[in-house]
Amino acid sequence: MNGRRTFLRGFVSVLLSGGAIGGILEILPSKADAREVPPKGQKWYGFGVSVDKCIGCARCMEACKNENNVPREPFFFRTWVERYITRKNGTTVVKAIGPNEEQLQEAASDKSILRSFFVPKLCNQCASPPCVQVCPVGATFQTKDGVVLVNEKTCIGCRYCIQACPYGARYLHPVTHTADKCTFCYHRISHGLLPACVEVCPTQARVFGDLNAAASPMSRFLRMNKIHVLKPGLNTEPKVYYASLDGEVR
Amino acid sequence: MGKFFERFPDPLARLIVVVLALAVVGVVVVFGLIPESMMDVKAQWADAVKREEARPIKYAGFHACAECHEELYDTKKKGYHRDLSCETCHGAAKAHTEDPDKVKPEIPAQRAFCPQCHAYNPSRPRGFPMINPVAHNPLKACASCHNPHDPKPPTTPKECSACHGEIARMKAVSHHVQLACTKCHDVPQRHKVSPRSVRPSKPQTREFCGKCHGKDATDKMAKNAPKIDLAQHGEKYVCWQCHYPHSPEVEQ
Amino acid sequence: MNPEFIHTLHELLPQIQGYIYPNEIEIHWGLLIVVYPYITGVVAGAFILASLVKVFNVKEVQPLYRLSLLTALAYLLVAPMALVAHLGHPERFYEILLTPQTSSAMAMFGFVYAWYLMAVLLLEIWFVHRTDMIAWAEQETGVMRFIHRTLALFSRDTGERAVAFDHKALKVITIVGIPSAFLLHGYVGFIFGSIKANPWWSSVLIPIVFLFSAIVSGIALVILLYMVITPLTGGKISMKCVDKAVDFLFYAVIVDFSLELVDFIHRVYQSEEEIKILSEMVMNKLFASLIIVQVLLGMLVPLTLISLTKIFWRRFHLNEDLRKMVYFIAVILIQFGIFATRWNVVIGGQMFSKSFRGLTTYKMEFGGIEGLLFSIALLALPIVILAVLTKILPPWEEMHSQPDSEGVEVAGS
Repeated sequence: MNGRRTFLRGFVSVLLSGGAIGGILEILPSKADAREVPPKGQKWYGFGVSVDKCIGCARCMEACKNENNVPREPFFFRTWVERYITRKNGTTVVKAIGPNEEQLQEAASDKSILRSFFVPKLCNQCASPPCVQVCPVGATFQTKDGVVLVNEKTCIGCRYCIQACPYGARYLHPVTHTADKCTFCYHRISHGLLPACVEVCPTQARVFGDLNAAASPMSRFLRMNKIHVLKPGLNTEPKVYYASLDGEVR
Repeated sequence: MGKFFERFPDPLARLIVVVLALAVVGVVVVFGLIPESMMDVKAQWADAVKREEARPIKYAGFHACAECHEELYDTKKKGYHRDLSCETCHGAAKAHTEDPDKVKPEIPAQRAFCPQCHAYNPSRPRGFPMINPVAHNPLKACASCHNPHDPKPPTTPKECSACHGEIARMKAVSHHVQLACTKCHDVPQRHKVSPRSVRPSKPQTREFCGKCHGKDATDKMAKNAPKIDLAQHGEKYVCWQCHYPHSPEVEQ
Repeated sequence: MNPEFIHTLHELLPQIQGYIYPNEIEIHWGLLIVVYPYITGVVAGAFILASLVKVFNVKEVQPLYRLSLLTALAYLLVAPMALVAHLGHPERFYEILLTPQTSSAMAMFGFVYAWYLMAVLLLEIWFVHRTDMIAWAEQETGVMRFIHRTLALFSRDTGERAVAFDHKALKVITIVGIPSAFLLHGYVGFIFGSIKANPWWSSVLIPIVFLFSAIVSGIALVILLYMVITPLTGGKISMKCVDKAVDFLFYAVIVDFSLELVDFIHRVYQSEEEIKILSEMVMNKLFASLIIVQVLLGMLVPLTLISLTKIFWRRFHLNEDLRKMVYFIAVILIQFGIFATRWNVVIGGQMFSKSFRGLTTYKMEFGGIEGLLFSIALLALPIVILAVLTKILPPWEEMHSQPDSEGVEVAGS
């Protein structure tokens, strides 16, 4: 009897002291979370993608790798473009494109295509980023203008953030051995320039701007389109907004 | 000191000494040896932001070229390529703005370059000008007919397929293959020059399709076309709400 | 950039089925991260077995008590090695101590409970061996004497008050240690279970399943070690002890199996979006490791074998050697099964794309830090450490003792 009582006492005390504290600390928002609405005048960057305008030329992919010194091998991408083909029989096939892919001269099989389009993807710079939440050393964080960055000096390369990203936006840089991803070309936007991918897009399928600005291409984009985000059910609050996003896109 | 420890049983006393020693070492290390900056994550973030902002810039930006290349820039502003950055085709040019004589951006003259955007691809949006790079004026450089800074077709296209490749290709293997686009769409001449300023018309009524597909159709071309009773067939709807006119499907 | 690494990735390209996000081709958590939960699982399981003696007074498994504690310590020392070796920057591991992020399970739970259990384990081992170390030191000379005196913190008190305190402290520490052992492996499950991005991992049940499979592997391993080491060191295996330990193993396997079955039924019944790609992955990529090794060989066969020894009690009761052999096979199969469980969770979770449209492959290296050789070394290292520990704190007297079912007290408790 005594053993059981002491056990229960010990169990509860450990739970209260160890387990509960650990558990409560778990759900505390990390210092890097900026869930509050930013104050007036504070920039809060967002991105817009018009799926209907993308021609799948992949110039954005080239420009990004060029501007940000991303390894040229096809395994590391800060941004990429997916091609969706939905056929009349209901199947959907997806492929990531590269520049000058064997353009499908499918004159005959055109008939079986029901819908087809390109979808540019990049880091969604979530307002509630799961990658920031799981970083054990606080190497990845959210700036006050809403961009999620990685501090490559303190990143220990545990790859937890890469696992936590629902969008596949992160990769481990093969040279620095730290996590890497799209930064909205932070070094450009902080000097008033546009991100490289937005710069070179020939059809204005990519739009970038301050979500708080009163009049800008970004605010028009948000007004004139039905807006979607990727994987809204995961509540990551992405800040890359898609217009005319098809339901087949994940 | 010894008296103090005598209150505790021997093993406990020794453990207390060890724990206290470890605590002292811990305090000395944490507060004495480790520099503040290593424990301040906010300072690390600020540093990281500074480093990020200082990265080198490769693309000069949309307006950078205007400063020296004003004429070309103004030409581009009027043509179909007005929304393109110079760097979209000429590549990163920041280095050129810093040392214009030494570093020159590329001038992409090869035929393989323009099809990166303009080759026919069914996934590209409707109305985007697309050509078949193999068949379209083979061996001629694109720039020999199209000024890249003000690209226009050298002659006004006669066929709608010049821009509406996907629709043309689909129609070409459909039951409507023998119908010219103009059979159903009135195309103002201006549309071929400035497509977004004026659009072709589209049929508005069921009777339009009835001209060939109604029971009492009189059109010569409609001799073998399937006929339906306009009054009853799909009465609530207009024809194209079910049938895609460019590749009309019929239930077997 | 390592050209071999890039070459490996190129080789993976043609093996992709369907569509994966381009960055997903590299499987980030490989063999080392499969080894880590296996090792910490053994720690938790071995500690729970030790607690059975102290807290629940299961006297029959007394011979396993010190062995379990030493096993737990040996494995706990090796566990962080797997993690640090896997980092992109192992030399920066201290960052987790200097600027830990409070919302990260890896930072908070990992270190809180690893150190907690380390403290608990060390204290328990100390209290168990204190009087023995004093006795040994008195008989020895030279290095061993110095080691034992230092480890005993230069204590010489074997009086009633001190020994009574030892006993009381042991009881408290073990009680406190049980939940921390639970949490040590529960948190590993939480690290996976809290990732909403990954539907193979994201589940409330994962921490519980991890915990119970840990208990299974720990108990099985200690039984295995006991059955091998005891005759090798000149003792006789106590079948009463092994029978009782196998009983607990049996219950643990039943609970573990039920939990995994519930998880499976739940997923299939709810049939959410990801079920298609996950079924494809299980039937194509994980068929051997999941269906054959984890379920069939790792759980159903051992369960059946142990059940047989209970159902045909009369036959097995008389034939001790047959029973020993059946138990031996069962505990070995269980080790493979639990390792396969870790494999299926860790590697399986990365083989399907988060686009739910494709599968990739894990190419295991042979050499290098992420390679098979290094992991085999890491798995063998705790045995080496255990050998060293048994040299310093020999458990032979207890291990070779033969408790009877009335619970006769034996040395060292």
